[in-house]
Order: sequence, then C-alpha cells, then structure tokens
Amino acid sequence: MGELRLMKGNEAIAEAAVRAGCDGYFGYPITPQSEVLEYLMSVKPYETTGMVVLQAESEVSAINMCYGGAGCGKMVMTSSSSPGISLKMEGISYMAGAELPLLILNVVRGGPGLGTIQPSQCDYFQATKGGGHGDYRLYVLAPASVQEMADFAKLGFEMAYKYRTPVMILSDGIIGQMMEKVDLFDPIPRRTNEEIIKTCPWATTGKTANRERNIITSLDLDSAKQEKHVFDLDAKYKRMQAEDTRFERIMCDDAEYLLVAYGSSARICQKTVDVARAEGIKLGLLRPITLFPFPTDEISKLAGQVKGMLSVEMSLGQMVEDVRLAVNGKIPVEHYGRTGGMIHTPAEVLAALKSIIIGG
Amino acid sequence: MAKVKGAIVVEVERCKGCGVCEPACPQDVIKLAKEVNGKGYNYAYMQNPEECTGCANCAMVCPDAVITVYREKVSQ
Amino acid sequence: MEMKDIIKPENLVFKKTSLFTEKPLSYCPGCGHGTVHRLILETIEEMGLQAETIGVAPVGCSVLAYEFMDIDMQQAAHGRAPALATAIKRLHPEKFVFTYQGDGDLAAIGTAETIHACNRGENIIIFFVNNGIYGMTGGQMAPTTLPGMKTSTSPFGRDTEIMGNPLKITELVAHLPGTYYVTRNAVHTPAAARKAKKAIQKAFEYQKLNKGLCFLEFVSNCNSGWKLPPVKSNEWMVENMFPYYPLGDIKVPSL
Repeated sequence: MGELRLMKGNEAIAEAAVRAGCDGYFGYPITPQSEVLEYLMSVKPYETTGMVVLQAESEVSAINMCYGGAGCGKMVMTSSSSPGISLKMEGISYMAGAELPLLILNVVRGGPGLGTIQPSQCDYFQATKGGGHGDYRLYVLAPASVQEMADFAKLGFEMAYKYRTPVMILSDGIIGQMMEKVDLFDPIPRRTNEEIIKTCPWATTGKTANRERNIITSLDLDSAKQEKHVFDLDAKYKRMQAEDTRFERIMCDDAEYLLVAYGSSARICQKTVDVARAEGIKLGLLRPITLFPFPTDEISKLAGQVKGMLSVEMSLGQMVEDVRLAVNGKIPVEHYGRTGGMIHTPAEVLAALKSIIIGG
Repeated sequence: MAKVKGAIVVEVERCKGCGVCEPACPQDVIKLAKEVNGKGYNYAYMQNPEECTGCANCAMVCPDAVITVYREKVSQ
Repeated sequence: MEMKDIIKPENLVFKKTSLFTEKPLSYCPGCGHGTVHRLILETIEEMGLQAETIGVAPVGCSVLAYEFMDIDMQQAAHGRAPALATAIKRLHPEKFVFTYQGDGDLAAIGTAETIHACNRGENIIIFFVNNGIYGMTGGQMAPTTLPGMKTSTSPFGRDTEIMGNPLKITELVAHLPGTYYVTRNAVHTPAAARKAKKAIQKAFEYQKLNKGLCFLEFVSNCNSGWKLPPVKSNEWMVENMFPYYPLGDIKVPSL
C-alpha cells in the first residue's frame, strides 16, 4: 500500500526519513544535497510527526547535534556532500566510538578540496576505510536509484539500531538530483519516549531510581578497556559481514567477464552489459549494495568463473582495491572510470573492457 | 572558654589538603594537620574545636566536598 | 558540651550531596571545578531533578565530569557540547539540559557552537568555568589568558600584539537576543559560592520558562597551571582575573 510519486533522490530520502519515524534531522546546505533540508522545511514534519528539523551553523555542529540526539536514543539523520562530510568526520568517529545509531547521507561530488559540484564516486575510501580517526567502520549502503534512496533510509535506520552504529548512504549527485518514480512505503509512527527507554536502555533519558546512570562517551583512559571496546566493535563489524552483506547479480550466471560497479556507475554499466551481450560478449555485472561490508565472498566465487573483472567507478579507482583483495590474484582486475565530475558512458565502459580486459 | 556550638567531620582520606577552607573559617578553627593522610596530603582538621559555630563556610568552599557540618540546635 | 553531643543526625547542617558518585574528584587540590560541580549537583538534588536532567561534559579538565555526577550525561567532542545540548533539549523539551565547559572548549574551538546556541536561544544552561588556561593539556595559553600572563605557550607572557586579546565571551553572548540570563560568579569564598549557587538555582528555574539560554560563567583558578599554591591562586585570581572579568550579573531577565 505504497504511494507512487515522481521525486528527486534527495527529496525521496527526506520523505522516506519522515515516514521511517525519524525524530530529528540536523543539516547544513551544500550542493548537490540541499534539497534534503529544503524538502523537510517545506513539508514541516514538526507539525505532523513531531520530527525536529534544524539548520545548524555548520556541518560540524550538525553532526554533533546528531550525537546529542542519538545519545538520547532518538532516531536522527544528517546529510551533506563531500566537503561537508569531511567536516563531519570527527563527529562520525565519536559516534562510532560511542556506538550511536545515525543515518548519514553523502551525495558525493568531485574532489579533492572544493572540487566541483558535479557527481562523483571519489569518497569510497573515506566512507569504507574510516575517514575519521580510529579503528571503526561504517555500514555503507550505495543506492542506484531514487527508489533505493527512499528504501535505504528505512533500511539504514534498521541497521543503525541493529548494530548501534552510524550508517552511511553513499550516493552521488546523479542519484540525488535525478527524478524517478518512487514507491513510498507507508509511514511508521515515531517511537514514544517509553518505547525508547525500553528499546535503548543505554540512552540518556534521565537517571531514574531503577537503573544506574547512563553515560554516552567514546573515552576510556584505561587502555586495556579501550582495546576491549575496539575488539567489541570489530566483532560487530564481523557480524555485519556475516549477516548483512548485500549485493545484486546482474547477468552473472553465464558471464565470462564481469563489471563491478555501484550506485550511478552500476546504472551505466547495466546498459554496457546489454550492449555487450548484443555483440555476443558474455558480460555480467556485480553490484555491491553494501560497500562495507563488501561482498568479498561473492566476488571471490565469481573469480573462479570469469576471465577478468573491470571495476567501473567515477573516480581514479578506489573500490578496485577491494575487488583485487577479493580476487586475490586469480584473474586480472582493472579499473576504468571518469572522475572530477565527468561521467562515463556505456560505450566508453565497453571500449575500456575490450581494450583493458578482453584484449589485455 | 567559649561554648561549643558546632563541629565538623572531615573525610580525611578524600581531603587533598588544599587549605582553601582555612581563610574561609571566621573562627580560625579549621587548619591543615601536620600529619598526612594515605595520599600524603596534610588534611584539614579542627584545631580549635571549641570555637566552631557550625557556620559551614569551610564546607561551602571545599572543592572535594569532604566536610560534613553539625550545629547544635538552640532550643532555649 | 562534648563533640559527640553535637555530631548527631539531628544537628546536621551540611553534608555532601548524594548526587556525587563515589569516585574521588580527579581535580588538582583547590581547583574550583569541584566546588562548581557540587553547587550544580546540590541544586539538582534540592529541586528533585535527577531523573529530569541530562548533562553534557566537555573536553578539558572536566572531560570526566560524568564520572562524578550521578545523572545521565553525554561526553562531547572538543567544543561541541552546545550542539549536543541543542539536540537533546529539542528532542526532549521536558528535560533540564546543561553543558559544563571550560574556556578553551567554549571560547576557542567551540566558539561557533557557543554563539549559535546562544543566538538561537536554545533553552539550555551553559556552565562556563574560566581559569584562563588549558589545564588538562599542561597549562597552554587559552582564549581567556590575561595580557602578560605566562603559560607554556606564552612563556614570556601573553603579548597581545602577537597573540591577540583575551576574549570576554560572556559579555559577547549577553548581547545576543537568545540569551535570557547571563551572569559571572566565583566560588573562592563562602559568600561567592553561596551567590553562585543562587545563580545556578535561578538558571534551573528559568529553564522551566522556555525563554532562552542561561549562560553562567565562573571565574576560577588553576593552581597547577598558574604554578601557585591553592590559596595563593585564589588571591591571584582576585587581584588579576576579577579586574578583567568582573563578577556580577550581565543580563538579567526583565520580569
């Protein structure tokens, strides 16, 4: 019983957050994701669901507002684009350390520095390998459609609470800005304070006589305790790998060659697969949906089947390193992609496949 | 000899011997002991207990909240 | 009359608030932090707000404030306490929310968070302990270090030509329409501490009114950083800090 609408990706995720029962959004404008905050301000969820929407004075402040809200057990979200995400990294590290649930959207633009406002996938390393300081990981979802922007808001919150961890939706300027039809899920009511106290017994909801005080912190000056804490975090990340690795296989069953691509690039590569198959090349596409945990096992299996893999990313090649680790030298793995806000075409990808992998 | 009206109890092992209580005492009662506690601090004590009025000034400035104050209730 | 006749429960006039945890305070001997902690906790206890209060600890000497206060607390990144408190209060408007911050945290790295929380009129309390130095990291120059004052990063004294001037951030936030009550106190004498407690009580009362941010500065000492014995450091504070940071109300509600 959904509701069908034509929406931008940025609008879809904002609407989905409200429907998912989000308690608070804290953001700061930056292209190409400002529609998230604009949409929320225009639909005024504070008058309907009671969700708080606040434009902070900076990305730094916005992420720390999320820390405060999440520390109370509230379902919180922020969004930004690459340079703003860099500013949020301190807070993300603290939230990972303090084990706070958070949904964070990165609508990636070309970098480094101020870079460009055009789409890119150059923040893969930052999203999956840390970004902030310390031994931590984010659960990273890569939507490839406006529909997934909406669906992953709900899924992202679920994962954030399942693992008490920040979850990043690693999108890009194409998915954020383009309009597609989206089937919106039915609204879920926000949790009551009583429900939060029950489901988040760790949250700072006010120390009552029946429990010890709750402390939200990422600090432990006792190194032995801190090491144990990091080991516990690692166990959580391993559980994510075992239980919540997500990917999509497209024409992989009989594939002799494989493209590996996520998000917008996967949409482009889907067309490349069609064109290649029309030419008689048995090409498949493996689309990682979670970038962390990475579908290492699936790619490792496919390495026993195909002759070569091409990681196609709108960057200089970042995910290709994880593909190579999964393949572990069994077959050739190369990268192709445009960067700096340029977007490769299906034909360019096919030409690259022919010259680098098939002919290489 | 002045009539005893007040008294303090110092939690000796938690006292850090900062001495901030000394100038706060209007009766010159509280002083730092020559002896030290387990942490090596010269802890506060009542040198002239008979002068204590139980005004709680020492407790009001004690950064470690180690002083408990009692004052006789005058019923007559 | 014997001592044992006086020391009995019915004669008790002052004892440590039950909202202190068992953990001994980690502050240096004579540090004003302990006294400010105590006055805040006494107020929370006397007003019966333990279950209604959420505090935010900073980075600095009071980074471990949550170890000593028996209330729910969050520990913020350096300077970000007002951002945390903003969200906590907005998501839990029925709670009493405060931050506890030092001068480096509040008036240097966290200046933006401080000013914007004040300017938005967040309905929270900011407790600001100003001792003119970075104590925890070993006595470096702070935004509030006095002209000529020696620190480990201004070893020949703060040269305002090179290092800029001390920031009177309390006067600054008093100008903002979002602040409701702005006052500066100290806790070095019984009279000052009692006055400071009255200010803390008012701030908690005002939070019920939803009229804006209460900003309470406490000019304090740092005997380790200032390299003075505790009592001497209080005297130095009176002679040097008070002329630059005068005690008293800066903005009072027009009731």
